[in-house]
Amino acid sequence: MNEQEIRDRVIKTLGGIVPELDPGSLKQAKSLRDQLDIDSMDFLNFLIALHQEFGVDVPEADAGKLATIDACVSYLAQALQQRAQA
Amino acid sequence: MPRLGADMTAGKVVQWLKRPGERIKRGEVIAVVETDKANVDVESFIEGVLEKILVAPGDERLPVGTPLALIRTEGTAAPSAPAAAVAPVAAAPIPAVAIAPAAVMAAAVPPAVPAAALPGAAGERARVSPAARKRALELQLDPAALTGSGPQGRVTLADVERAAQAAPAARAQPSPAEAAAARQLRMREAIATSMARSKREIPHYYLACTIDLGRALAWLAERNAGRAVTERLIYAVLLIKATALALREVPELNGFWIDNRAQHSEAIHAGVAISLRGGGLVAPALHHADQRPLDELMAGFQDLVKRARAWSLKGSEMTDPTVTITSLGERGVESVFGIITPPQLALVGFGTPLERPWVVNGQVVPRPLLTVTLSGDHRATDGHRGALFLAALDSLLQQPEAL
Repeated sequence: MNEQEIRDRVIKTLGGIVPELDPGSLKQAKSLRDQLDIDSMDFLNFLIALHQEFGVDVPEADAGKLATIDACVSYLAQALQQRAQA
Repeated sequence: MPRLGADMTAGKVVQWLKRPGERIKRGEVIAVVETDKANVDVESFIEGVLEKILVAPGDERLPVGTPLALIRTEGTAAPSAPAAAVAPVAAAPIPAVAIAPAAVMAAAVPPAVPAAALPGAAGERARVSPAARKRALELQLDPAALTGSGPQGRVTLADVERAAQAAPAARAQPSPAEAAAARQLRMREAIATSMARSKREIPHYYLACTIDLGRALAWLAERNAGRAVTERLIYAVLLIKATALALREVPELNGFWIDNRAQHSEAIHAGVAISLRGGGLVAPALHHADQRPLDELMAGFQDLVKRARAWSLKGSEMTDPTVTITSLGERGVESVFGIITPPQLALVGFGTPLERPWVVNGQVVPRPLLTVTLSGDHRATDGHRGALFLAALDSLLQQPEAL
């Protein structure tokens, strides 16, 4: 899976949590919490949805590393690569 | 029209699930009603035969207490005897829990008629012939939006059929945005009614206390550390459970003010305030919050949030809360000065846990401190009771493993 595919799927997944999401105006490097008014319950649901979409279970300690779309993409790319090598 | 929430004044029949002549058991779902906050299943509280439907789906918003249908009970006379008719739900006192609506997801029961058909329903009524109206509803058309060819522009059956033939695009189905805007408007009205009543009738007292959340958060972090993302808890669930358990110790704050006296509730149903995207909020019940394990409460809370935001809460969830809990901790609010949801007796508000200096054993140490507030109805309780409650809550949060 290349980065663009991961990005598209992350944004699609986020759309399931934030129905009014406009992918066009989403800032890739800005905090999701700040630009989308998501709370801790939404964020946890986002992590659960990412788990379903990518099969990657983000440990609690790593949750802070998924604050932006860019951060989600690089985290998931790395996790998927590690899994492929394992 | 049953009252499906303390602040509900009117509702609209979205769909009938039973036809005239059908047998109805007690507790069976007979209709779906749209309130300002959700689509709700209405269960019959009597057994009998559905004699007549008095209100067609989607006609208009009807005040609470309006008869919706006639149900003939066993032993009463044949259909022709009108005196035997029973309105399913009479005008119910607050809070009416006469009917116990069950779950039906809004998605499973699409509104039979566009919500945009609501405004001006009464004024438009005369310009649509009854037959045309009936047919329009069947076809999910908004009769008021059609061009009438009858006398004085009256919409006739032929007009409806013609409109149905037209391109699907011409259908009066509101866009999701329009439907959401209409719901928003009605939700604002419902909140306005409830909150204005609260400020008018309830002499609030407010208490605040600072709680050291260090132990609870450390316990939670440790518990979540090894768990899959689907099995984690958020700290709000600890606050809900602790509040419910503290109410067991101070039951005077749990219940309702009805008929000029406090009516305490044995069951503790936490109304958890959930903000909706685009504005507004609901506070549906997490039932028996004091008795359920944290995992189960978390699952219940997640489910409530999901359904609240999809406008598909159950009627019992809207009517049952015996207390309201609100947390505004997501955006750095320090203290909540809450307005009680009538006819409840109290509201518990949580701010943001913030790392601050705190004195422990004579040492100044950084601790995550949380401001908890209690809004109490001074007719029912006094500040001293409220203080006991906050002390109990603090003590419970110091032993998170026992929650």
